[in-house]
Amino acid sequence: MSVATPAPVRTAVRPPAAAPRRRARVRVSTVVMTVGVAIATLVALLPLFIVLFTAFKPTAEVNAFPPTLLPDAWTTANFERIFSDLPFARLIGNSFLFAGGVTLFAVTFDALAAYALARIDFRGRKLMLVAIVATLMIPFQATLVPVYQIVSDLGWVNSFAGLIAPRAADAFGIFFLRQFFVALPRDLDNAARIDGASELRVFWQIILPNARPAILTLAIFIFVNNWNDLLWPLVFTTERDMGTITSGLTQLTGPGGIVPYGVMMAGSLVAVVPLVLAFMLVQRKFIESIATTGLK
Amino acid sequence: MTTAHVDRPRKRPYRAPAPLGGRGSSGVQRTRTGSRRSRSALAFLAPALIVLAIFVVWPMVSALQMSFTDASGFGQAEWVGLDNYTRIFTDPDIRDAVVNTVVYAVLFTPTAVVVALALALLLTSDRLPLRGLFRTALFLPFIISLAVAALAWSYLIDPQVGLLHYWLRGVGIDLGNVLQDPTLAMPAVALVAVWKNFGFYMVIFMAGLQEIPGSLYEAAKMDGANAWTRFWRITLPMLSSTTAFVLIFATIAALQAFDQIYVMTGGGPYGNTQTVVMEIYESGFRKLDLGFASALSYVLLLATLVLSIVQFVFFGRREEES
Repeated sequence: MSVATPAPVRTAVRPPAAAPRRRARVRVSTVVMTVGVAIATLVALLPLFIVLFTAFKPTAEVNAFPPTLLPDAWTTANFERIFSDLPFARLIGNSFLFAGGVTLFAVTFDALAAYALARIDFRGRKLMLVAIVATLMIPFQATLVPVYQIVSDLGWVNSFAGLIAPRAADAFGIFFLRQFFVALPRDLDNAARIDGASELRVFWQIILPNARPAILTLAIFIFVNNWNDLLWPLVFTTERDMGTITSGLTQLTGPGGIVPYGVMMAGSLVAVVPLVLAFMLVQRKFIESIATTGLK
Repeated sequence: MTTAHVDRPRKRPYRAPAPLGGRGSSGVQRTRTGSRRSRSALAFLAPALIVLAIFVVWPMVSALQMSFTDASGFGQAEWVGLDNYTRIFTDPDIRDAVVNTVVYAVLFTPTAVVVALALALLLTSDRLPLRGLFRTALFLPFIISLAVAALAWSYLIDPQVGLLHYWLRGVGIDLGNVLQDPTLAMPAVALVAVWKNFGFYMVIFMAGLQEIPGSLYEAAKMDGANAWTRFWRITLPMLSSTTAFVLIFATIAALQAFDQIYVMTGGGPYGNTQTVVMEIYESGFRKLDLGFASALSYVLLLATLVLSIVQFVFFGRREEES
């Protein structure tokens, strides 16, 4: 890449002499790079465009040859059908209750635990942290059967308690928040403790307000994961009325293998829009806090 | 611990007059402070620990126990010893599922990691315009559910009405019915997973790249190292712990593949995309063979653990060397 620029020239009169030459060279590679990234982005977004546009196509166009990207005649018929073929309003409500409930509980429980692990010096703290992180290694599928049995022994099958309880705390969230809490300056809470504040008060009034971006990020992360989850609602809900959008969509596939694409795309679009909106609102903080906490 | 020791003497004089400090008024003894701390720590940890104990640790134990029985969810389960495990190692269907899972992992993991790293490198270059926009757009697939993504891709490559299929045929590539093709179905399913997940790995790589000191590159440039050499000699070695993290995450994701297969192929054609987790789902929840499903889960868990440890040790060591 670095074209043979004579070294002495560079070091001696660097800014004025090197600038014009550099700019000319940079432009070509920058253009190549930008075009490359733009193409990758278009490929990445193609399926999303397909969902968006197919949802508004009449059935004849969905199955027409040659296929087109944009609909000729825009229609909302597909959206009407998802509501008549499935208890769709109910499924949306279920998704909100399930994903929202898990988020509420998990963020609360994870934050409390993370606070203890990051901010209270107690015996066995390290061991506790290692034990919690170790549970991350366990694939969900390995415990799926017994978890189902526990839920069924509790009489919670086809109830929100049963859907939510197994997810009400998770090692990832504890670990994620702990990384944030540890990084906050120690003087903050020590000063409050000196003034006689209880641990709960330090947690509530000092740590939480300062960790708002991390809390928000974790909340979005948990919400998205549960909203999108297929296996757990599929296994767990035997009643159609207790399914979520994601599990409900898979039931639209006809038994003869005929896929009503237009209808499914409309359902998918409805399922995706809340997530994309939520993500757009917080995307900068979201990506940055994954970037800064994912590793240390 | 050191900070606590430093703080303690300073704390005491202040605590006495504090209105809420109740107990500490006449000089708190160290042991008492310690046990009080442990108690409040435990109170903070309790809700999470209870959930994890009931829904993670206990199921682990009971899955292990169940894996030695013929549990079906109905009636009394009989102890069958290692029968389930011997069945796993002799059943040809399971052997096929293991082979399929390995094929899937080999297709998915390196592709996802390389794509993520390449895009992370491009997106951290300060010569790229509109970085924020590209970053958001490339991350979007990660927040879409695999079920929806799989559906969109199925439609795009449909041999009759698929737009991508049509475009590819326009440039002379006829893939035929990809999802019904015994050799192409698995690569297609793995590629969809790459598309879905690279954004997450990309962000992690971007974080790792930002932590490499720029002075290293400056020095290398002075020595006349070209971009390629700089990548191999600086970027890659400095990124090895990030790479280990991403590889382990990607491998675990590959071994647990379920959603896109369930939606796109249902395990077909001719069981060619039937993976281990699909087998667990089918034997546990379709055939109600809970003992067998548990045994299979344990074999999967052990494989995941071993692979993670091997990767961690391998890349951890490389990091120390550099």
